Amino acid sequence: MIKKTYEEINAKIRAGEAVVVTAEEVISMVREQGVEETAAAVDVVTTGTFGPMCSSGAFFCLGHSKPRMKMSRVFLNGVEAYAGLAAVDAYLGATQIPETDPDNKNFPGEFNYGGGHVLEDLVAGKEVLLEATAYGTDCYPKKKLEKMVRLEDLPQATLYNPRNAYQNYNVAVNLSDRTLYTYMGILKPNMGNANYSTSGQLSPLFNDPLYRTIGMGTKIFLGGGVGYVSWQGTQHSPDALRGENGVPLTPAGTLAVIGDMKQMSSKWLRGVSFMGYGVSLMVGVGIPIPILDEEILKFTAVSDEEIFAPVVDYSESYPQGLGETIGQVSYAQLKSGEISVGDRLIPTAPLSSYRGARDIAILLKEWIQEGEFLLTRPVFTIPASSEKFNYKGAI
Amino acid sequence: MKQKMVLYFPSTTTEQPFTYYLIKDYNLMINILKANINPRKEGRAVVEISGDKKDYLAGLEYLQSRGVKIFPLEQEIVWQEDRCTHCGACVVICPAGALVLERPEMEVKFLGEKCIVCEHCIKACPSRAMEARY
Repeated sequence: MIKKTYEEINAKIRAGEAVVVTAEEVISMVREQGVEETAAAVDVVTTGTFGPMCSSGAFFCLGHSKPRMKMSRVFLNGVEAYAGLAAVDAYLGATQIPETDPDNKNFPGEFNYGGGHVLEDLVAGKEVLLEATAYGTDCYPKKKLEKMVRLEDLPQATLYNPRNAYQNYNVAVNLSDRTLYTYMGILKPNMGNANYSTSGQLSPLFNDPLYRTIGMGTKIFLGGGVGYVSWQGTQHSPDALRGENGVPLTPAGTLAVIGDMKQMSSKWLRGVSFMGYGVSLMVGVGIPIPILDEEILKFTAVSDEEIFAPVVDYSESYPQGLGETIGQVSYAQLKSGEISVGDRLIPTAPLSSYRGARDIAILLKEWIQEGEFLLTRPVFTIPASSEKFNYKGAI
Repeated sequence: MKQKMVLYFPSTTTEQPFTYYLIKDYNLMINILKANINPRKEGRAVVEISGDKKDYLAGLEYLQSRGVKIFPLEQEIVWQEDRCTHCGACVVICPAGALVLERPEMEVKFLGEKCIVCEHCIKACPSRAMEARY
């Protein structure tokens, strides 16, 4: 039996002796050398995902003006940030659109700019127009503010994403006879295409399906900088049906993550537009998995052939919340470019960048190999069963 | 010889029956992929012209002699690689097979010679990496 501790693995990282491989590389190692030998050799497996994650955003401290101001409404490049916090604090959400945006009035709307794009512009170092209004108080008399700001001018900017890195997701198809414009992209009528959105065998939670190593305080790659898992994400539903390998067959676990935006890069935080739906943010997340024992190594060696996603109709089942699925396909099939549903072959398209996911896993591997990125033991791991917390079910 | 191209018609030329003469006098096959031609306004068309090399060159010379400007197709739609996240959302939208996901790398490639300038990709690309230039 192989047993390693966080301390032993970190000692090897510090000494530059840790063996680090990506979740892609570990698959062929296990096929060639077997679980036991690979578990003995490998200390850390790195994962990655780079896809649209709507439940993302950032807390800003915008800095005090003279005279002082308790901002009640805040706009960044015309996009409103929630300001019902202390005087100059605000939270900008990724899917917020400008008040002047025509949204879906001329359907399908284009949604060319929104919260996700403001976040990208800020990390790219661009100047952003800050506009704020207030009702004025004795302690905060100023009522109006307009100025250009850059990320470096702000006292604090903390990315805090309530739900990222979904463990599995629906494959979206359209059974109706009209084109649908969804957060899963454009869906052509009569199952003209099938869109999916996870990085499969590279995705963080597919590689630690029962959350043995991931929890509050796990140090991660976030948006090109260093971040941490802060909690289970919204809609975290660990009770989902699972295969024998522990991998859920439907959307299941999620993560809330946090990190300093000032370390991040616009390569890994990208504002995106979905016609007829709205705006979002593509977030790069990478999680290192310490190989504490053989079971964990075996989990990380999961491959696309062994991971399955449900096929869901976005003309009826999803919007009406019926919970019906019309099939199940493996990520190997999805990635091949075609899936079979019934007697039909349907072309597939990903919304999550597999190339980006691989690049993140490789970057994180390099950070660890350079001895700069040590692993953290979580304060607690995210719940693997709803019995441990009062979970009311995802909508 | 077979080639896709963009024809630009200055406003003074849009009422002339170029297609008729290309077929009748130059024995060329004209496939109009996309056209926006209005009376007394400048217009443009994406066409595929095929025929013998001699006829083809003579036909093009005829068009140019009448003031029609000819541009290569791939300059019309530009793939801004630095904006592309290689997600792949475009590949099922492109009807011409010009946007493809190369396997096993899972990298998006734009094959300009296959593009028919339908512009479906421009709004379908979440990160707005495709741009129309004319």
